Amino acid sequence: MTRAALPNARAEAPPRSWWRANQQRLTPWLFLAPGLFMFGLYVIWPIADSFWLSFFDWDGLGEKRWIGWGNYQELRTDPAFYTSLKNNVIWLALYLLAVPAGLMIAIFLNQTVFGIRLYKSLFFFPFVISQVVVGLMFSWFYAPNFGLFYQLIEWITGRGVAVLADPDLVTYGIIAAGLWPQIAYVMILYLTGLNNVSPDQVEAARLDGARGWRMLWYVILPQLRPATFIAVVVTVIGALRSFDLVSIMTDGGPFGSSRVLSFYMFEQALSEYGFRMGYGAAIAVVLFLIMMVFISGFIWKMVRDEREGY
Amino acid sequence: MFQTSRRAALALTVAMLAATSAQAQQRVLRYYADFDPAPLAAFEAAIAEFEAANPDIDVQLQNFDHEGYKTAIRNFLTADAPDLANWYAGNRMLPFVESGQFMDVTDVWEANGLNESLASAAASMEIDGKKWGVPYTYYQWGIYYNKSVYDQVGATVPATWDEFVANCEKFAAAGIDCITTGTKALWPGAGIFDYLNLRTNGYEHHMQLTGGEIPWTDDTVRATFAEWAKVQPYITANHAAIDWQDAAALLVQGKAANYVMGNFAVAVFKEGGMTDETLGFMPFPTINPDVPRAEEAPTDTIHIPAGATNVDDAKKFLAFIATADVQTKLNEALGQLPINKDSTVGDDPFIKAGFELLSTTPGGIAQFFDRDAPAEMAKIGMEGFQQFMVQPDQLDAILERLEQARQRIYQ
Repeated sequence: MTRAALPNARAEAPPRSWWRANQQRLTPWLFLAPGLFMFGLYVIWPIADSFWLSFFDWDGLGEKRWIGWGNYQELRTDPAFYTSLKNNVIWLALYLLAVPAGLMIAIFLNQTVFGIRLYKSLFFFPFVISQVVVGLMFSWFYAPNFGLFYQLIEWITGRGVAVLADPDLVTYGIIAAGLWPQIAYVMILYLTGLNNVSPDQVEAARLDGARGWRMLWYVILPQLRPATFIAVVVTVIGALRSFDLVSIMTDGGPFGSSRVLSFYMFEQALSEYGFRMGYGAAIAVVLFLIMMVFISGFIWKMVRDEREGY
Repeated sequence: MFQTSRRAALALTVAMLAATSAQAQQRVLRYYADFDPAPLAAFEAAIAEFEAANPDIDVQLQNFDHEGYKTAIRNFLTADAPDLANWYAGNRMLPFVESGQFMDVTDVWEANGLNESLASAAASMEIDGKKWGVPYTYYQWGIYYNKSVYDQVGATVPATWDEFVANCEKFAAAGIDCITTGTKALWPGAGIFDYLNLRTNGYEHHMQLTGGEIPWTDDTVRATFAEWAKVQPYITANHAAIDWQDAAALLVQGKAANYVMGNFAVAVFKEGGMTDETLGFMPFPTINPDVPRAEEAPTDTIHIPAGATNVDDAKKFLAFIATADVQTKLNEALGQLPINKDSTVGDDPFIKAGFELLSTTPGGIAQFFDRDAPAEMAKIGMEGFQQFMVQPDQLDAILERLEQARQRIYQ
């Protein structure tokens, strides 16, 4: 149709309407418009509004008061903010353990024995249950006096450890709970990846005498690159937006030592004792900027890979 | 075709007319509340009584989940205000009063003589010399204890703090937690602080402290924490990881002796199998004999939002809820104390003890730390109390942090 239309337009020459002249350039934008509108309304505008709000002192009800960089200056000296930031870093570092752990389980399960489908589904099970349930299960697991973990430690050492009451251990306890479903998720990503590993290459490598670690490192892993990339992305983002487990298991306690940035933002802006919208927005902005570093990195890598034709 | 549609339109008009006339006969009074099941039943009975007395008013009660309500109220007050809404007395209602979300109901108080009949809670309903709501219930705090455990170690019920601390050593020797608490939700720890400070420095000091007029690093505050330090080793370890109900279980099982709690905990103790014979109640013991005894009794209230549409009937309802008879019935079902001085209390020994305790209080009645202090200060303060009970050696750092918060919050 385009082929027919173009010579025609050229033949009729001068009186071309503006629409006709620009049709080619405008059409993609017209098709994009609904999406762009939604994206602007639900993504761009709220982000801009959060930035704007972070310069105010506002309780959500009364008058907004402009305080410029006041919220950010307060953040700079707020010990609770640094605790949250530190915990976010710990989350990020330890959560990434889900990637190698998921890979190990995936390789272990990637064999053909009777009932393997059942085992695979059992290993995948933790990811299916809701995070809230995971949090509840682990808080009972750790619970002082009757928790399985508590009693196990008591049995071994003679003195129980209440993980969620200990300011030094609590974050690790929560991350352990978070790793459980995350490992299952990464495992499933790798299992699908392993399906696409080319048997010819494995065969060829075997003929050349590659075995064990060398086989994994030089033959299997390079073929799993797309799966690794996705696993790292979802894990990093999962670590940064960790909220539900903290909220369910400790509510940020004891005395705020298990807070992460997203939870601290919720606490300041929306919880029972909070309603400091501006301060919450300032925390959100900081979290956004941290996430932006990673997200830009991922996007940059994706664009580069596309250009190189992976 | 034309005829049928015209007939339909006619029918519709008639129906609409009928509907509006029905509405005209009964004025709607919308009431948003956050009751648990037992109080809800009590209030439904009270509302039925109110509707029987005022057949032209239809009270529509919309009940919310207790925790969700605390967030929801901020939305519905500004967006879609009902005619009546539940809330709490003291500083907890200050944000809504200051932002003009609650209506001044001083006229209801004056027209119905509430200044006399509800005198015990009048001060906590007043901001800027005006009344902002009507209280319908409160409950005492104090120490609930396990009588069998006291017998087991041969301890007597203490009247002074020194005796209490001496008892703690006996309990510790028997492997029993002297004081139990569960501070996962933070607030139970504040009850201990409130009482220690009320007994050490008195009501006036406590109000000034929660009102931001006394620095947290002050020696008077340190004196309170010094008393706390005496019992800190005897408080249930790991309290930071358990809910207050879990701590109640420890008391029921005889693993703990005392629990600083509000009277609502009695229901939990009794569900766990305790009876009036095994569960005891005592006022918090005296620390400084020169300080007049003050108590803690959080008050629950009903308010008229500024955006209410049916203000006249709402005021009628407030006057109704304030009457002695209604408060007697309501609180019998709630298991709490009526505020109207002409109300009577039930036979329950804990209710009687509470009534006795509060009606003879010479010092004054505090609401609770998180209702007397502004929300932000309450949060930071309660975290500090929790930390002190876990890491008493961090006291200086905690007080320094609270003091910095005070200087920022009350400016």
